[in-house]
Amino acid sequence: MGEREIAIVSFAEVIVERSDRDDCELLLPVLKRALGDVGLTQQDIGFTVSGSSDFLGGRPFAFVMATDVLGAWPPIRESHVEMDGAFALYEAWVRLQHGDLDTALVFAFGRPSQGPLHDVMSLQLDPYYMAPLRPDALSLGALAARAALDAGLTSEDELARIAGERRGVPTSTSEPYLREPLRAHATPTLRDGAAAIVLAAGDGARALSKRPAWIRGLDHRIEPHSLGARSLTRSVSTEQAARGAGALGFGADVAELHARFAHEEPLLSRALELPASTRVNPSGGALAQDPVMVTGLCRLGHAARAVHEGAARAIAHATSGPCLQQNLVCTLEAR
Amino acid sequence: MSGPVTRFKSPVRFVFDVPAGPTVSRFLAAVAEGRLFGQRCPTCAKVYVPPKVACPRCGDPLSPEQLPVKETGTVTSFCVVNVPYEGQTMKLPYVYASILLDGADIPFPHLVDAEPADVRMGLRVRATWSDALGPTLESIRAFVPTGEPDAPFDAYKEHL
Ligand SMILES: [Zn+2]
Repeated sequence: MGEREIAIVSFAEVIVERSDRDDCELLLPVLKRALGDVGLTQQDIGFTVSGSSDFLGGRPFAFVMATDVLGAWPPIRESHVEMDGAFALYEAWVRLQHGDLDTALVFAFGRPSQGPLHDVMSLQLDPYYMAPLRPDALSLGALAARAALDAGLTSEDELARIAGERRGVPTSTSEPYLREPLRAHATPTLRDGAAAIVLAAGDGARALSKRPAWIRGLDHRIEPHSLGARSLTRSVSTEQAARGAGALGFGADVAELHARFAHEEPLLSRALELPASTRVNPSGGALAQDPVMVTGLCRLGHAARAVHEGAARAIAHATSGPCLQQNLVCTLEAR
Repeated sequence: MSGPVTRFKSPVRFVFDVPAGPTVSRFLAAVAEGRLFGQRCPTCAKVYVPPKVACPRCGDPLSPEQLPVKETGTVTSFCVVNVPYEGQTMKLPYVYASILLDGADIPFPHLVDAEPADVRMGLRVRATWSDALGPTLESIRAFVPTGEPDAPFDAYKEHL
């Protein structure tokens, strides 16, 4: 059975250093813009799904409050993942494969400025052995970076170069370590934000967009939870998702990678077998702006935007869990 | 040590600093002055107290105009809390109710200071303010019965 033709037809995002708005205030203009850009309203949407985490604000059911801005009456088909919005997009893509609905709205929101994000992320570790040690997310990033350096996959010079290019500022290995061997420039720039994407199937997508970004393949895979039970220097789940999504040999013009740490870029590029001709993270990626829970969806949005604006092929990657535990790969193309 | 380990300690403490956002801030600033207001949905005309960012029914931002609402209202639904929990400040048993203020279309939850056996749907109540006002709904100490006849079901059946 062939997969149904589905495309990203619209993308909107807002990213700020620190939002004084609540989730609904942040989301409302983003949703209106993503829908309005293709002349749709919520009533035109078949399936709505969001990604967020209540751990960012330390309050339960923030994702339920967020439905206030949807206008969910008459009742709509709605779902949520406690993950980055990229994984919500996966659910929407699967839902549209059923064939009875033609459009989907995917959105995500996150405000890491509300709490000690790097420490909060230690709660996703196993509760018996790892979480009680409270290694923060930066320390785990540094652990994996050390493994990558020791394996000869990258160098501190290369990490500084990658960070400088993504951030658009000069970087140097003379800067002090934040978590050895990571300097601040090689770690994510936390931001508050929200984003939304509209998916449409078949002729519906052609009617909404002059140049839809067609999803050629979409896959995501997960590795063992325990950091000791998997390789930190080779992303096997990215390799498998890349195969599933048809990313190997795809010849993308652009790849938007959800690399929260500089050393993850060469690791992911290798897993995706990216050729030198593929531009990696022209948006700057998470090193420049990391609106946690939104960052992965933004990778899909920026890859799609590249296709909307003329690229023939693009790859988007999103991750979740400590040290690239789970990985999603999407191939997008113009037709 | 012999025998199974049945528990271990893994203390967690995080402090969050959650901005209320402009919509909630305006309302809480009014509450700190002992004043309540509602905001109307421009599409369906429903009045929300406290105001929301958008009408959950229509998805549209509410009109910014601050509409005065009364401090009297009707209990549309309630529960009696009998179970103690950490941080509880009320003496058990107490009543937690949905209260529809006169002039509002959507009820909001607050405490009713009355014998639980006397609380019922349709009970008419009035806000009593705390001596210490602040940007919190705790500025309303509780709602107390007014002694008026109960509101007929038809008067609030559309607002449950
Ligand atoms: Zn309305």
